[in-house]
Amino acid sequence: MKKSLLLALSVVLALGLVSCSKSSTSSTPAERTFSVALVTDTGGVDDKSFNQGTWEGVLRFAEETGSDKSFIQSNSDADYIPNLSTLSESGHDLVIATGFLFVDSLTQIADNYPSQKFLLIDAVIDKPNVASALFSEKEGSFLVGAAAASEALKAGKNAVGFVGGASFPLIWAFEAGFEAGAKAVSPDMVVLTDYIGDFVDAGKGQSITSKMFDAGAFAVYHAAGSGGNGVIKEAKDRRINGQNVWAIGVDRDQYDDGIYAEGKSAILVSMMKRVDIASYTVAKQTKEGNFPGGQTIYFSLENGGVSLPENNPNLSAETLTLVDDLKAKIIAGEIEVPSLPSNRQ
Amino acid sequence: MIHYLRAYISDVKNHKILIPIIAVVMGFLLGSLIILISKENPWYLYKALIQSVFGVNFDNLGTDRPAFSIRRVGEYFVYVMPITLTGLSVAFAFRTGLFNIGAEGQLIMGAFAATALGIYLDYPTYILLPTVIMGGTLAGAAWGFIPGYLKARFNVHEVVVTIMLNYAAMYITNFLLKMLPGSDSIKTVKLNSGALLSSDFLAMLTSNSRLHYGFIVVIAAIVIFWFIINKTTFGYELKAVGFNIHATEYAGMKSRRNAALAMSIAGAFSGLAGVILVSGTFGYGRVLSHFENYGFDGIAVALIGGSTAVGSLLGALLLGALKASQPIMQGDGISKSITIIIYASIIVFIATRKHISKILVKMGRTD
Repeated sequence: MKKSLLLALSVVLALGLVSCSKSSTSSTPAERTFSVALVTDTGGVDDKSFNQGTWEGVLRFAEETGSDKSFIQSNSDADYIPNLSTLSESGHDLVIATGFLFVDSLTQIADNYPSQKFLLIDAVIDKPNVASALFSEKEGSFLVGAAAASEALKAGKNAVGFVGGASFPLIWAFEAGFEAGAKAVSPDMVVLTDYIGDFVDAGKGQSITSKMFDAGAFAVYHAAGSGGNGVIKEAKDRRINGQNVWAIGVDRDQYDDGIYAEGKSAILVSMMKRVDIASYTVAKQTKEGNFPGGQTIYFSLENGGVSLPENNPNLSAETLTLVDDLKAKIIAGEIEVPSLPSNRQ
Repeated sequence: MIHYLRAYISDVKNHKILIPIIAVVMGFLLGSLIILISKENPWYLYKALIQSVFGVNFDNLGTDRPAFSIRRVGEYFVYVMPITLTGLSVAFAFRTGLFNIGAEGQLIMGAFAATALGIYLDYPTYILLPTVIMGGTLAGAAWGFIPGYLKARFNVHEVVVTIMLNYAAMYITNFLLKMLPGSDSIKTVKLNSGALLSSDFLAMLTSNSRLHYGFIVVIAAIVIFWFIINKTTFGYELKAVGFNIHATEYAGMKSRRNAALAMSIAGAFSGLAGVILVSGTFGYGRVLSHFENYGFDGIAVALIGGSTAVGSLLGALLLGALKASQPIMQGDGISKSITIIIYASIIVFIATRKHISKILVKMGRTD
């Protein structure tokens, strides 16, 4: 017993020593490589949402430029400050944080480490060493609004719906773009709108959507986080029962979330926020010595920061042409997408 | 020499100290082994631990970057403080033979009471801070009293009640926190400055860590725990109930009433943990989307510490080091799950202490 234990111990120790000595030779600093690090919220880099998107952008950048990359996942919001500090002290060229949850902690950390460059995605901090990336959600919403209206007309309906999470300016921009897009296709198009009150209550999202479908809505667009799962669920349920109604996804391509039968999804189209493009672009700018510190960069249709998915099997060819046409007009500045819906202007 | 060692390890009296040490060593060996199996370098684990506890960064030795960061030491204690208190909470209940799974909920109630008092009241520190601390402690105690009372009155098992009350605490306080003036969907406004344990002085000393005066509260709690258990009749009765409830009843002790009281005191320690999180680490109340496992960490701490006051502190120092080193390890490409494996295996080894004890006795007796 004792001998075998001792043997096991010494094997472990010996292995440890061998691998130690190996690493100490390899870690001598030769050419310093550019390095990017990401702090995730509690979601982690495989959350199928913002963290994952940001990390994919970092990976693409690291692969193309041969840069170092690493990430730290936070266990709770108590970890944001120590994690950001850890990365700031590790000599990374750019530290990225995603989402408005980081606003307080990063504001403090940016003061503590004035020479560290930070990128905050989807929120704004006004510090000289922080670059903020925002998305033109209204432009993307305009396109899905137009697509929904175009398909509704073809199906002989003249109403579409919008379900927001909480009611505040960021979400109003989704509503405004969607409404403007639908009206651009047909000025008579009715846009029903309602708000859940938070971003988690999928049950309420579903009941609101049910009312909208009953009132004749052809497709319902949501900007309600996981509350929007109720919107998608209602559309799925009704499609299973043979009704021709749709849900419209947000933030990423939600096609897979809407699958209700083999090869069939209740998601008409999605408005994608390409956080990967934001992390990729700013990392590249930083490497080239053009770190946009203190600035807010808008990611819009023009630079691909918001877009429709590449494949939209549920949209007709006419609608796709129409959408491409409108997209070109927005980029050219011929169409100005409003930030406020008509009832708030 | 060897003879002396054999005598030492085979003496059951020494096992109280020996077995936790063996469990910790075995836990770390297992963790290192798993890192090796995953083709990484175990040195990163120990490097991260040293860096998080002592602030010494071996990577920066001999470079122009600072090799020592006092901030890390400060942050380390920020990790240690709440789990010391939840550890004391679980340990106190253990001593009475009760299993307090509800430290999480009691902590949440304490945190909420501290938040509400700190936002609604605005007095100078010497009035408001004691009020906030007392309020949070009492809220935790009240939440601990419920399972204690149900146990004493109706003999409802405290494990079931405390697990359920954790959820009740989280959802009730989430609802109430959002109703406090100025709250949004994720947090409240800042507490009034008189309610805060955080200190610019300590932050300055530790180059902007979040270290706060909560450590005084923690030390006081450890002393109180030790005093109640070791120096009072009540503590003696509690311990006796933990050993054999029937014997204590036969001896005329009010063992049931004592059980209810013990759960309340356990809750008070957890409530205090909630206070130092709110008025020390964060300075505002938070709407939680899920448990943060301070309660479960408390169970680990109490188990490692053998349900004693000083043991809980040592357990928290160990677990805090593992938690604080997670970001550094991740930076070196080692999964943070390793730390969870290590302390989970330490607990397993401690749970098998009777067998380890037998093995030790046998090893001492080979000749």
